[in-house]
Amino acid sequence: MKLLIKGGRLIDPASGLDRIGDLAIAGDRVIALGAVSPDFTPERTIDAAGLVVAPGLVDLAARLREPGHEHEGMLESELAAAAAGGVTSLVCPPDTDPPLDEPGLVEMLKFRARKLSRCRLFPLGALTRGLAGETLTEMAELTEAGCVGFSQADTPIVNTLTLQRALQYAATYGYSVWLRPQDPWLGGGVAASGAVATRLGLSGVPVAAETIALGTIFELVRSTGARVHLARLSSAAGVELLRRAKAEGLPVTADVSINSLHLTDIDVGFFNAAMRLTPPLRQQRDRDALQAALAEGTIDALVSDHMPVSSDEKTLPFGEATPGATGLELLLGLALAWGEQRQLTLAQTLARITSDPVRVLGPSIGSLGSSAGRLIEGGVADVCLFDPAARWAVRADALVSQGKHTPFAFEISGFELAGRVQTTLVAGRVAFERSRR
Amino acid sequence: MSSPTTLNLDAQALYGALRQGVRSLLAAAPGTALVGIWSGGAWLAARLHADLALPGEPGVISSALHRDDFSERGLAAGGGTTKLPFAIDGQRILLIDDVLYTGRTIRAAINELYDFGRPASVALAVLVDRGGRELPIEPAFAAARITLAPAQRLSLARADDGRFSFACEEEGS
Amino acid sequence: MLSRRNPQLNRHGELIHLLSIEGLPKTVLTQMLDTAGTFLSVNDRDVKKVPLLRGKSVFNLFFENSTRTRTTFEIAAKRLSADVINLDIARSSTAKGESLLDTIANLSAMHADMFIVRHGESGAPYLIAEHCAPHVHVINAGDGRHAHPTQALLDMYTIRHFKGDFTQLTVAIVGDIVHSRVARSDIHALTTLGVPEIRAVGPKTLVPADLREMGVRVCHDMAEGIKGADVIIMLRLQNERMSGAMLPSAGEFFKHFGLTPDKLALAQPDAIVMHPGPINRGVEIDSAVADGTHSVILPQVTFGIAVRMAVMSTIAGNEA
Repeated sequence: MKLLIKGGRLIDPASGLDRIGDLAIAGDRVIALGAVSPDFTPERTIDAAGLVVAPGLVDLAARLREPGHEHEGMLESELAAAAAGGVTSLVCPPDTDPPLDEPGLVEMLKFRARKLSRCRLFPLGALTRGLAGETLTEMAELTEAGCVGFSQADTPIVNTLTLQRALQYAATYGYSVWLRPQDPWLGGGVAASGAVATRLGLSGVPVAAETIALGTIFELVRSTGARVHLARLSSAAGVELLRRAKAEGLPVTADVSINSLHLTDIDVGFFNAAMRLTPPLRQQRDRDALQAALAEGTIDALVSDHMPVSSDEKTLPFGEATPGATGLELLLGLALAWGEQRQLTLAQTLARITSDPVRVLGPSIGSLGSSAGRLIEGGVADVCLFDPAARWAVRADALVSQGKHTPFAFEISGFELAGRVQTTLVAGRVAFERSRR
Repeated sequence: MSSPTTLNLDAQALYGALRQGVRSLLAAAPGTALVGIWSGGAWLAARLHADLALPGEPGVISSALHRDDFSERGLAAGGGTTKLPFAIDGQRILLIDDVLYTGRTIRAAINELYDFGRPASVALAVLVDRGGRELPIEPAFAAARITLAPAQRLSLARADDGRFSFACEEEGS
Repeated sequence: MLSRRNPQLNRHGELIHLLSIEGLPKTVLTQMLDTAGTFLSVNDRDVKKVPLLRGKSVFNLFFENSTRTRTTFEIAAKRLSADVINLDIARSSTAKGESLLDTIANLSAMHADMFIVRHGESGAPYLIAEHCAPHVHVINAGDGRHAHPTQALLDMYTIRHFKGDFTQLTVAIVGDIVHSRVARSDIHALTTLGVPEIRAVGPKTLVPADLREMGVRVCHDMAEGIKGADVIIMLRLQNERMSGAMLPSAGEFFKHFGLTPDKLALAQPDAIVMHPGPINRGVEIDSAVADGTHSVILPQVTFGIAVRMAVMSTIAGNEA
């Protein structure tokens, strides 16, 4: 289909493009950017006046809970939520049920996602079989099936020898290993160590749980040369270690979740289970360090860390509640809020959820990597049109996801998000469109 | 019928009449113990006890734990504590209160009394009976009988020097 | 971020649940102590019953076993003429997989008026208070490590009874503080009532540095912690809560942090010794001290019934 997007504010963070203009799409490609030839006869024209026309968002961490929750139609609803959030490519961790440690499971997942045409799905494969931390998975087979990297999700490998070997093996093929920096023994608490956890009598996770794990990971990266992506940094001390590792030239990248970026342990309030998250919310100083690190690029990407949990899993005493929160539909608004707080340009802000995540994925997404997260002529037509000024309250009925639990829910936070997705295009087709009033 | 807004009650004078009345009641039933209902009745009982040179000490009874309006009003803070320095079993009791109205406070006080034993008899003497009874309770002696509008609250006040006076307030003022 | 109004208080600032000492104004605490005094006299009468909670159903929901605390609440409720139902949760529906909230909903349907809740997870009573019917009151009988507000109130009553003025005291709390809900509630109550010096005494594994932020002085030396104290609160060494590697042995703990007569001699000559019970003789406290003249451990138990009567009757009379 030939599509013309007219009069929007075109932003391509990677090139610095930021101007009012038109975008022409034919099939699954962008054929003209900025000024469009009058010979172009579109079958449909979208009026983008007042809207930002950005590359489709790339979310490096969103759980779809499939395989495992097929009977709840999770894949359908969560990919629809992704589209509603302007996300056109997402990476999902392997801690499904069963975990993604077999090529057949990965192929099935990719196939089902492709049929829904809402969002491109890039699964991470399990680093060890069953995520048990003992035997390696067939990483080459899994990569052929479509995995873009390997991960242990939230179950760190206890045996350092095994971890070293897993990294060595992955390095053989140049595969990326995604690791949560969390010490298995120190990371068992339910809230971040500190005055709040002490006062509330909640078992704490000390910062050392993150820094010790980072130290181990960096040492192993030095000795194996493996490329590692650090998932969900949470502390100022962790940021400092990351900064030094990057200065040293280690092949590491990192992300931070929307939750850690905006919230602190004080937000737990009266044991609000919406704040039961992993990594746990830390203190003010940590939040400030994370915000600064994301701004300067030490942390490469902002992720939603989307986890659709049911009410049964959340209406429990704090320590028993399932950690996680819905996030796909909040990624844009919370990125914009952060960008505004740090006084960044819109292009700089959007880079952390478009071109920078693509850079993290590197060669693992093949030729798509040349244009995903970007708006360029000849590139894929993955586009997010949004109204930067539209305010909306995060309420259950405003969310497409089945996961309604989020710390940013209006009845908890009391504020509205600015930035509402109007239309999302994946490969030139409309994956989501909000009715205009 | 006294007008609701101008109340001309001389508490000191009425106390004098009460003292006379109590003296007569005690003469007719020797060995009776005085028990004042907290707080106004307790003040009166203390003064009566001293003025009539009675042996021992007067008791104080609080109706707080047996009130019948707990569900509506809750437990009021500072409702006084019952202190009965003598055995109740087989004892003749004269309850003293400042203002008798619906009779519910007296009922609660009698219930409280029964938590301590079985009195031989219980009589009541009050400073002012303002009518409006909602229970079958009658004083053996009242120094004054008046009528007030339901919205008016009458209570006894005691100055630092011990002088009694009446306070009359409109509910909701 | 907004935080909600303190769920323990209604719109008028009256107590409708007792979940924690934190956030309660000083006046609420002192009024509760005053009311407890009234109930103490009830326990001395022949007829130890008053009709305040007649017709009300008090459900003891103990998700964690505790015969002592449950019995005290039962006695207190019965002296207020309430009907008491004890629910042995461990062996009942929750063990069969019924969720906490389903259990609460079922009990509410049986016209419960008050839940006395003890639970192993910090914060559980808040969840219950949030989800039970509006007229139902919740009293926290201990949640995880977080709070044990009635214990703190009876501890404060004890201190006031024997020492009078809070504002001149030095109070030392000794033992397994990191796992202690009693310690946390005591610290909040002592600070609210104006105690100028509160010391937390114990080895580093049991007395976290973070405690300073609650307004206490952290001491890792018993002699330094006890010196000149007016009140010493000894905590039970809770074996079942320690996940190992926090202490080598009870013997070594007793040697350095146990309260013996010669350690006690470092405190004020008229110091009182308290303990929430049950005591571990020879572990945190020497028998000579537990049974000695400074010990007020038994009066604490008596005060405990009066304090719980005060809490239940005050709360039952306030509307949500």
